[in-house]
Amino acid sequence: MSTVTTADHHDEHHDHKPTGIKRWLFTTNHKDIGSLYLIFALAMFFLGGAMAMVIRLELFQPGLQFVDPQFFNQMTTMHGLIMVFGAVMPAFTGLANWMIPMMIGAPDMALPRMNNWSFWILPFAFLILIISMFLPGGGPDFGWTFYAPLSTTYSNDSTALFVFAVHIMGISSIMGAINVIVTIVNMRAPGMTWMKLPLFVWTWLITAFLLIMVMPVLAGVVTMVLTDKYFATSFFDAAGGGDPVLFQHIFWFFGHPEVYIMILPAFGIVSAIVPTFARKKLFGYASMVYATASIAILSFLVWAHHMFTTGMPVFATLFFMYTTMLIAVPTGVKVFNWVATMWRGAMTFEVPMMFALAFIVLFTIGGLSGVMLAITPADFQYHDTYFVVAHFHYVLVSGAVFSIVAAVYYWLPKWTGHMYDEKLGQLHFWCSLISVNLLFFPMHFVGLAGMPRRIPDYALQFADFNAFVSVGGFLFGLSQLIFLWVVIKCARGGEKALAKPWDGAEGLEWEVPSPAPYHTFDTPPQVK
Amino acid sequence: MAKTRSWRWSLPALLLAGQAHATGIQLNMTPGVTDISQQVYDLHMTIFWICCAIGLVVFTAMFVSIILHRKSRGVTPATFHESTKVEIIWTAIPVLILIVMAIPATRVLIAMEDTSDSDVTVLITGSQWRWHYEYLDYDIDYFSILATPRGQIEGRLPKGDNYLLEVDRPLVIPTGKKIRFLMTSDDVIHSWWVPAFAIKKDTNPGFINEAWTQVNEPGIYRGQCAELCGMDHGFMPIVVIAKEPDDFAKWVEQEEARIAAIREEEQRLLALRMDIDEQMALGERVYLAHCAACHQPSGEGLPPMFPALKGNRVTTQDRAEHIKVMVDGRPGTSMASFARQLSLRELTSVITYTRNAWGNDTGDVVQAVEVYEYMQGKGE
Repeated sequence: MSTVTTADHHDEHHDHKPTGIKRWLFTTNHKDIGSLYLIFALAMFFLGGAMAMVIRLELFQPGLQFVDPQFFNQMTTMHGLIMVFGAVMPAFTGLANWMIPMMIGAPDMALPRMNNWSFWILPFAFLILIISMFLPGGGPDFGWTFYAPLSTTYSNDSTALFVFAVHIMGISSIMGAINVIVTIVNMRAPGMTWMKLPLFVWTWLITAFLLIMVMPVLAGVVTMVLTDKYFATSFFDAAGGGDPVLFQHIFWFFGHPEVYIMILPAFGIVSAIVPTFARKKLFGYASMVYATASIAILSFLVWAHHMFTTGMPVFATLFFMYTTMLIAVPTGVKVFNWVATMWRGAMTFEVPMMFALAFIVLFTIGGLSGVMLAITPADFQYHDTYFVVAHFHYVLVSGAVFSIVAAVYYWLPKWTGHMYDEKLGQLHFWCSLISVNLLFFPMHFVGLAGMPRRIPDYALQFADFNAFVSVGGFLFGLSQLIFLWVVIKCARGGEKALAKPWDGAEGLEWEVPSPAPYHTFDTPPQVK
Repeated sequence: MAKTRSWRWSLPALLLAGQAHATGIQLNMTPGVTDISQQVYDLHMTIFWICCAIGLVVFTAMFVSIILHRKSRGVTPATFHESTKVEIIWTAIPVLILIVMAIPATRVLIAMEDTSDSDVTVLITGSQWRWHYEYLDYDIDYFSILATPRGQIEGRLPKGDNYLLEVDRPLVIPTGKKIRFLMTSDDVIHSWWVPAFAIKKDTNPGFINEAWTQVNEPGIYRGQCAELCGMDHGFMPIVVIAKEPDDFAKWVEQEEARIAAIREEEQRLLALRMDIDEQMALGERVYLAHCAACHQPSGEGLPPMFPALKGNRVTTQDRAEHIKVMVDGRPGTSMASFARQLSLRELTSVITYTRNAWGNDTGDVVQAVEVYEYMQGKGE
């Protein structure tokens, strides 16, 4: 790897950014926009988390104590929407903005003005979504999956705002994805050939293609909800020749690739962190790339496994069962490769590595419960119970969210120029690890025992587990305040970070100084 | 209070799973009471143990590596980073494991989907937030709604043993017979789930799904709606009583007689005048059971989804419209038709009740004949 960029590339005349609020409103700098995305995602993470706290508070004991069922449904719906579209996706986009140009030796994203737009429409989308909760009748309460006709004929009038908000989020994601693709395809430094790309870049490239393919499908389905509700169309209404199950087919044709949109970049992050702290090259780089691509392609062929109870023909059911099981193969390859990377390495256990290791274990648990869910006859018993809630929180919280946290710890020294507080980071890790399992592991049991999801009150046999889960939930929520503190503390100061603070790290991002100058790689580096 | 155990007891219960069973906490899927549910349970346990074994292998390798291959032990990292042979092995082995899982899964699934040669057919219709059961072989149909009093839900009364899992009229089926369920919905998608039968099937408005069961043991089996269906999704349980065929035949006889008696009573009622006190008393009971979830016990509703009945134009002025809404429902809203759901007596009383409760004070006393005439007029 080359060491071209030094201080002479970020002297003052390059650095003519406006100050104050204008800097952030008008910025076209990938680092600024990356920071904006990440800060926005963190804010949404706490907002969505606060809603989860309301849910867990109500479920702490049987009976209705704190909120009424309608508000409870708004909480589950908004929690899902905010965490998926507001926290996880923007966080990954923020990481992409910050890191992809630096990883491929590009001066910035290819389409910087569009980059500004794709971020700045996002706060408005969520403003609209949140405002809708204060309308008479309340906000969306039909689950983040907004199944018709609950979201059409039987929904309240805030649905129009919900649809509009989702449209804006979709546009933002599509613009972000286009930017990632154009940047990676066109702006790689000389010598940065495809099979030299860091895996984070590869996984994001594939994710961006998934986004471009499925976000229009989401836009289509919300528009159909809109016209069914307000303009008397009957896409999902049997009385007019439509079919409510058609909604689910379209939604999950978006929804399943969406799941991988939220996990493929996580694979990239873990594939960057594990080799660094094992001080050993990533095992099976090529097979990692192929596995990612296979997962992406398969993700278009499995959507109806979310719909086994809708009464599909038995052959369709079998097809989706087999394709879903097949996904376990490339996913397994990834896990095996990470373990092989660690094998006979020389590991140290700084906070990013701890989160990456927790990711591997807990994501694998989520993956294994995913295999169980693929088995259709058993899925009839698991479907729409807390077993499913446990499954997707294992892959999304201790999977996607842990990977994002790992990435933040890993690259914070590069972003801020300071080392984070290792002790506090370790405290954050252990609190998160223990509480996330207290929170989500018992959900497996309570689901198998027969507790449906999305209910504000439950039968008495589920009471002990729910109290337990709620305590885990509150602890997990509180643990994230430590994270907030670590990040703020690190941004404000701390031990000076070297250009390459991790001795085992590889990649162009470690060849620029820490903090990374406002403009990097004005002259492309030569990659060997 | 029925429930006084605090969460602190859960920790040992969780750690000592065996003991937890002894104290009645269910940790696993039920094997159920049908051949199919037993097969589903066996399948679940098979894949569960396979997944445990895979997890054990992967995590053992990982933790051995974490313990042995750490820098603090002074190791030097190896330099290997690829091996096509290894990649092929750990692609092939999972494929083989998956095939082993897929074979029994396919067999059970095909058995579950075979609804042919059934002895009894029940049409199940979901609506917000109640189930309707119609026996296609007998002259029996009725609604089944949550029987847990609101006082228990709101914490004013101690919670009973079957809190939220009890209904006014359970579904009754014979043991040892193949029961075919046809499922549909009047409004949104619901999902009829009884874990003991391993049946969970969505009820889609405008379409009919099929499922079947053959219950081996008499007993009471409880389940819940599994698909989010609006505000009271958590409050539409399912109770199924499986009776020996002889007992079932007796029940059918009684039930047919009961329904016939209600119809006779309705005819008799048309000639009678019910006084306002009688109607208010019955009307209040009906209102709290069927209407209060949306329109609230205070009659103030939850606008704009569920309008207030207190001071409402329809409930205070337009009497004909009031009867029409109760009989036909309001299409495109959550207001269902109550014509089938309530007896004529109940329907009449609840209309009178809502026209006089909460200061509506119209003084109107609606009579059965008036409601009946509207229903007949529609039929022509």
